[in-house]
Amino acid sequence: MSIQVKDASIFYGDFKAVEDVSMSIKPKSVTAFIGPSGCGKSTFLRTLNRMHEVIPGAYVEGKIQIAGQDIYGPNVDPVAVRRKVGMVFQRPNPFPTMSIYDNVLAGNKLNSKRIKKSEADSIVEKALRGANLWNEVKDRLGKPGMGLSGGQQQRLCIARAIAVQPEVLLMDEPCSALDPISTAAIEDLIHELKSDYTIVIVTHNMQQAARVSDDTGFFNLKAAGQPGHLVEFNPTKQMFTKPDNPDTEAYISGRFG
Amino acid sequence: MTVAADPGADPGVDPKSDLSGRGSVGDVVFRGLAVAAASLILVALAAVFIFLGIEGIPGFNVDAQHYAGQGSFLGLVVPLLFATMYAAVLALIIAVPFSVAIALFISHYAPRRVAVPVAYVIDLLAAVPSVVFGLWGAVALGPYLVPAHAWLAEHLGWLPFFDGQPSGNGRTLFTASIVLAVMILPIITSICREVFAQTPRLHEEAALALGATRWEMVRYAVFPYARSGMVSAVMLGLGRALGETMAIAMIASPKVVISLFIVGTQNPQTIAAHIAQGYKESTPDRLSVLIATGLVLFAFTFLVNAFARWIVARGRAK
Repeated sequence: MSIQVKDASIFYGDFKAVEDVSMSIKPKSVTAFIGPSGCGKSTFLRTLNRMHEVIPGAYVEGKIQIAGQDIYGPNVDPVAVRRKVGMVFQRPNPFPTMSIYDNVLAGNKLNSKRIKKSEADSIVEKALRGANLWNEVKDRLGKPGMGLSGGQQQRLCIARAIAVQPEVLLMDEPCSALDPISTAAIEDLIHELKSDYTIVIVTHNMQQAARVSDDTGFFNLKAAGQPGHLVEFNPTKQMFTKPDNPDTEAYISGRFG
Repeated sequence: MTVAADPGADPGVDPKSDLSGRGSVGDVVFRGLAVAAASLILVALAAVFIFLGIEGIPGFNVDAQHYAGQGSFLGLVVPLLFATMYAAVLALIIAVPFSVAIALFISHYAPRRVAVPVAYVIDLLAAVPSVVFGLWGAVALGPYLVPAHAWLAEHLGWLPFFDGQPSGNGRTLFTASIVLAVMILPIITSICREVFAQTPRLHEEAALALGATRWEMVRYAVFPYARSGMVSAVMLGLGRALGETMAIAMIASPKVVISLFIVGTQNPQTIAAHIAQGYKESTPDRLSVLIATGLVLFAFTFLVNAFARWIVARGRAK
């Protein structure tokens, strides 16, 4: 599913956090957002599934369409948007009291849907295989999800997100709490997931953006206290070789940020 | 004389970097006060316990006439203990759903400008003296609930709680339990509110990002996280209900009896109410019987609180 953003500005009450972002995200591709801390890339990511609304007073101006549908339309339920647009967070957050099995099924059980045991088993296996975790946990599905390592927990969260078969998968710095080996496992996974999902990832690690993404967006602040904005949005190859904007080049080559 | 011979003037030590500890006066005084305060509370508790023991133990075995017509200490204390538990549990059944709902409203549903005043008003309830609650229950709420008593006896009479002749003035355990529920509501609400508010944002967002509605988010993220805190809140409420005197003593017309019937004119009497109503016209033997029942109540509430602490500690260890 493609995502079209036109002149989106994001506010927290009176404070304008992000200004005038426009971009077009291709379906079944990986799009990375990079930029210094506080430039609004995570905030922008969270507007793509209306998660920023969790903070009281937050709202969006402009237009965001997923698969041609305005997700801020008057009759749109944010809960329905989030079922179509899954999210993985900076720190792994499996439900602490649930087993691995129940964690994967958590999204499917919402809305008090009844699922047959055989169907549930196949959803769990498919999601865990999809997250490259099945072989590591198939013998202990009944154990708590918190007992896994950090990297495994993060893949469990990815399994939980894809178990409901969303169309888009948002990842907010999914590897920032992980060691290099777990990071590599997640990056491999992102490559595989790309064939089924549209993936948008925020990362602080520019090598990671270069490795996993097809397109990259660079966010920056005009000045301290000013809203963040999208400086440049281009295919990743071009961004890391000959970016259009001198600020992008300065950031990527490590001259600031 | 060399300088080194005088240890007080060792040239190797710069006086500015002297490390020898010298407690200031403030430290010493504060430490003394803290230790004294902590000890005093233990002494007070021990004194109460010793008093109950010395004065109460003879009450276990006095002339049969002093046991309020029950013949023996056990015959007296078992119905009283039953009623104490019964009234407390009834109050909990009423208060817990309300408390949890109010706490959730304050922590997760209401906008801040509504939540803060509501929380404040609930806390104010705890400041109302229990005599006032008792008076309100006996004079205002009881008569108001008379039709409810009649309705319950008529329509739900097949339940043992309502099977019998309903009271004509509402001064029943039913009314008393409602008043008791109002009295324990603030403590349960405020503890639940605190633990709900501490739910990690990460867990809440995990649920919301999956497409959970707010209530589903509460069930997935808030309740599992808050479970042990809710248990301790309920236990503290129970502890308060067990020891509460005035609501029952002033509202329910009493009888020493084991009965589930709560809307009639003869209501099972609790230990605290029994003591409050009996100690003025006591002979020494009768008094020691009352104190002995107090000892039982003390031991029982102590056990309930210890159990609550144990549950809370077990919840934390996970």
